[in-house]
Parts: sequence; C-alpha cells; structure tokens
Amino acid sequence: MAKEKFDIIQSTCIPIEIDNNNTDNIIPARYLAFTTRDPKFYGDAFMHDLRYDANNEPIADFVMNKPEYSAAPSKGIHEIIVGGQNWGSGSSREHAAWAIAGYGVRVVISNSFADIHRNNLLNCFVLPVIVSREFQLELFQSIAKDSKTEVKVDLPNQTVTNMATGHSEKFEINGYKKYCLMNALDDIDFLLENKGKIEAWEKKQANA
Amino acid sequence: MANTLFDKIWDAHVVSQVEDGPTQLYIDRLYCHEVTTPQAFDTLRDKGIKPFRPDHIVAMPDHNTPSDQQEVINDPVGRKQVETLKANCEQFGIKHFGMGSKDNGIIHVVGPEKALSLPGMTIVCGDSHTSTHGAVGAIAMGIGTSEVAQVMASQCILQSKPKTMRINIEGTLKPGVTAKDVALYIMAQMTTSGATGYAVEYAGSTIRNMSMEGRLTLSNLSIEMGSRAGLIAPDEITFAYLKGREYAPKGAEWDKAVEKWKQLKSDDNAKFDKEVTYKAEDIAPRITYGTNPGAGIAIDECIPTLDGMSDTEKEQFLGMLDYMQFKPGQKLEGTPVDYCFLGACTNGRIEDFRAFASVVKGKKKAANVVAWLVPGSWLVRQQIIEEGIDKVLEEAGFELRLPSCSSCLAMNPDKVPAGKLSISTSNRNFVGRQGPGARTILASPLVVAASAITGVITDPRKI
Repeated sequence: MAKEKFDIIQSTCIPIEIDNNNTDNIIPARYLAFTTRDPKFYGDAFMHDLRYDANNEPIADFVMNKPEYSAAPSKGIHEIIVGGQNWGSGSSREHAAWAIAGYGVRVVISNSFADIHRNNLLNCFVLPVIVSREFQLELFQSIAKDSKTEVKVDLPNQTVTNMATGHSEKFEINGYKKYCLMNALDDIDFLLENKGKIEAWEKKQANA
Repeated sequence: MANTLFDKIWDAHVVSQVEDGPTQLYIDRLYCHEVTTPQAFDTLRDKGIKPFRPDHIVAMPDHNTPSDQQEVINDPVGRKQVETLKANCEQFGIKHFGMGSKDNGIIHVVGPEKALSLPGMTIVCGDSHTSTHGAVGAIAMGIGTSEVAQVMASQCILQSKPKTMRINIEGTLKPGVTAKDVALYIMAQMTTSGATGYAVEYAGSTIRNMSMEGRLTLSNLSIEMGSRAGLIAPDEITFAYLKGREYAPKGAEWDKAVEKWKQLKSDDNAKFDKEVTYKAEDIAPRITYGTNPGAGIAIDECIPTLDGMSDTEKEQFLGMLDYMQFKPGQKLEGTPVDYCFLGACTNGRIEDFRAFASVVKGKKKAANVVAWLVPGSWLVRQQIIEEGIDKVLEEAGFELRLPSCSSCLAMNPDKVPAGKLSISTSNRNFVGRQGPGARTILASPLVVAASAITGVITDPRKI
C-alpha cells in the first residue's frame, strides 16, 4: 500500500450509515482469491455488491453512486468516510483495508470499530477515528444537510472537527502508532530492528 | 497479585513494551492458509528476508479446496492461490499440508486435533476464526496480512493488550441444546460488538462439563461477539483430548507439560474488566433470522416486531429482513429450506457428525433439500468412516463430502444460489456470505439435521 505521511486532512466525506458494516460487505470473498497487491484492483471492489447489481450496473440509490458522493477521492474530496456503528466486523481480511485505501480514503470515522479491522486500517495507513455516538450522528446530519460539509482530522493534535458546526472532539491513538503514521513507518521495520531482543527472549525461555 | 488466565499467558510472552505503544508479543504458532498469505510472502521477498522461525509456522489450503473432488481446482484464480501457498512454503521451508493429503483440513480443525495448538501458547493466523484454538487454553487471535508478514519476519506481533471479560455459563444444558446454541444465545444477548476490545474467558459449570469439540465451537464464535480471543482454562477434558495426538509431547515430556498446564487458570481473586453470567437452562435450540449472527431467536420464538425501535433502527432492521425475505413478528419454524450445510470450522468435528447422524438415523432426507455434509479435516472424515457414521448418513440419503471450508464462504464451488434459503452450521449469515444473494440461517448440527429430514426449519426436540 502506498505510504503517505499523515498530518492534517480536511475533506468532504462519504457517509456510509450502515451499522455492522462487516468486511464481507466492504469486500466480497470472491476478491480474496487473488494474489495481487494492486491497490486499484481492491479499490474497485470496495463495497462492490452494495454498489453494483448482478449485471455490474451501479445501484442508483446506494450512497456511493449518488452524484454528490460518486467522485473518486482526491485531495480535499471524499478522503473521509463516516461509517455506522461496529465498522469492519467479521472476517479478518486485510483486503477490506486494502479496498478502502485503494479507493483513496485516508480516514474512517465511527463510534466503534472491530478490533482486527482497526489494526488492519492502521497497517494500511488509513486512520480509524473513534468519536462519540453524538458526534457521529451530528456528522451524518451535517452531511445530509450539505454534502459539501468538511471534516478536519488533525493527527498531531488528535482532534476531529465538524466544520459545519465547529464541534470538535479529541480522539485516541497511542504515541507509537501516531509516530508511525506521521512518518510513514511500518511495524515490520520496527520489529526487524528488534531482532536482538527477540533472540534474547528466546534464550531466556530455553533456559527457564 | 491475582491474575486472569489471559494475563498469565500474555505476560509470559512479552518481549518488550513499546513506549507509549503496543506490546511486542512473542508468537508460538503461526498458521497460514492460501487466502491471507500470498501478499505477506511477497513482503518477505520485497525486503529480501526469510521467515525468522519457519519451524513455528504450519500452512494448509482450506478456503478454495472443493469438497466434491480434490484432484484439481477448476477455477484458475483459486487454483493459482493454492499453488502459490505450496510454492511459498517450499521456497521458505515451511510445513505444508497439501490439498487432498491426509493431514489437510480446515486450519481451525486440524490445529487442535493434531495438538499443534497447545495450552499456554500464543497462536495467530490471518483468519478471524483463529479464536477457535483458545479452547485448549491458549491466546489465539485473528490478524491481518501485514501482521502475518510481521510474524513471519520476527515471530512477534505488536498488539495493545485487550481488556478481559469472563462469561460464566452455569448449570446443565437442556436436551437438544449444544455449544452452538450457547454461542448464538450469548451473541443475541450482547450483540456482535458486545465483546469488542475484550479477550473473553468462558467459565462456569456448563463449560467445565462441555466436551472439547463443544469448547472449540464456542471459542470459534468469540469473534462473532467482537472478541478476537476466547479462551477456556485447560483441564482434564483438555488433556484427555490432546494426549497421544500427533504433535503432543510424549512420555515424560507429556507429564511435565501437564503439570505446567495445570497452572493455567485464572486466580480465585482475579479481576476481570467485565463479568457476565448466563444460565444454561435459559438456552433453547436457536436460529438466526437476520444478516448478522446476533440477530437470533430461540427456534420456537417469532422474529421481533418493530416496537420500541428508532427510525434508523427500523430502517436497518427492515432492510435486513427484506434481504432475508422475512417479516417482523414472523414465526420461522416450519419455513421451507433449500440447502442444509453441516461443516466449517464451527461445526465440522466428529461430535457434530455424531449429533447429525443421531437425528437422521433411520429417516430420509427431504427431497426438496440439497445437503452438503463436509468434514473439517481428513482425520474427522476417517473417524466418521471408522465409526460407521457414513453408512447411517448414506442410508438416510446423504453424501459425505471431502474436507474443505465448503459452503461457509463461497470461495469454492459450494455456493448457495441467489435467493435460496440455507440452514447452516457455519458462523456467518452476512449478506452474500454463502454466495451472492444467498440467505443464511445459522443453527446447530441438530437443528440442521432435523430440518434436512423435514425440509422445513425444525426443532430437533420435536422430531
């Protein structure tokens, strides 16, 4: 996945107000049989079976196909998804995070994320932002009123702001992961630098 | 200080604590299947590195394997993925149980039954149902493909420690009620996100009296409550199950291991972040009616009505029922079914086949039903045949198929056609899970067996 240093993102949003939007919805299983890493391949499959019917025609009343939300994400446009409760439940498939990242989304906002999917998003440099239920509902309302509503996600200060109302909340992220996102660093590189510690730990176990 | 079982295993695997960050946790066992590993192996190649501890890794294909024959995978995409796993394992010196070999099966069935998963271990796999292995008294978690690559590269993973929850089930299960019903009951009580952020320990008299197969079913479904890891303290039932199995310690090593494993339990005064207790007697055979596993009822109950729901809740609830072609307040018992599926990492073990056979023995499969009976592994299949269960099934008009994930997730030929109603022992009733447009009802092997005989959703206590 493309690694881009994370800082402040201010963008319009795609509101996907579906609770328990599981990873089977985010990307159906048939896209999991491929061995590619092509972001576009997974991005095109994002929410596929809700976006397209059996004949691959766009389903008009699905939010991502509505004219005001159908533009592909670009700087300041649709870089943020506001999702329903329990976003990303079910299967551990990282393909779901690849689909979100591949589509061009950089932030997902919800009041709750499934644990495995949340880690997968972070490993794909997509920031999961946990907000209160009230803040989430207000965002949906603001966007429903004006689809051009912008949200500002400030990672350095760990704040998320609904620009339509000016309401702002702090969000949690541990210092390590924040540093990784702001500097585009992988966990794997961190672990590889720690080989000495791992070998020492193994030796200690063998002698226990 | 009093510790929980989870704390004890976790603490014993901490390599380091990252400042203001996650724990670097040592992993004893990485399982790999064909779907979530090709890109992880690519990462190793990109970085020019090899697996750090290849002897800690065990791989096998299961998602794409067909259940009717295993000579060839006709779908070129699935075939390539299975071949890629084999090639990657050969390149990096990883133990690989190939399709059709007697060692093969669904990872979450094979791991415990070969004693590759043992008490006290940390176990991960790029598959959310890895929680299954926690039933032997281990920390077992599903992870993503980036994390698979991390474990391959370093035998470690970076994770924040979850909170702990204990779910106690007390009393004796009523006839016709299985571990599957217990899990479906818990999900309906606490919703599919009720245990998000927690590692769950199952305890109480019902669990202590539950077979290993039942415990594996229960732990398997932890993820459907939102919990990455469900675990059960190992006891004599665990030891009896593991003893003598292929990779279990042998002789004096076994005795030494058991002594150590006996320490693996939550201390009497251990504090859990959350604790709930349910009564076994409150649990009936269950079915789901919606498109998440928490949307379930006792088999003789009606689908909830819209009473007390907000407008948003109503909209989502009706959308779910619209997909399922059901109505609020509808009674589902007696509804015709098209497909019956026994199998998956949830219910593909010998006890599940014994249960199914106990219902269908001396009866005949309903003509309107397509039934897929798919053992979770070649070992399970062999035991089915040794016990003569295959004959019972055959006489009742059923065919025993070959080990595979089969109809659990529509990545192989066993797909339920659009609009058809399936009653299934698998773990997810999501939209399109068993095939685009397929409608899934989750249930126990007993309920599926009874329904396969009558052709309609049937309470196994009434047949």
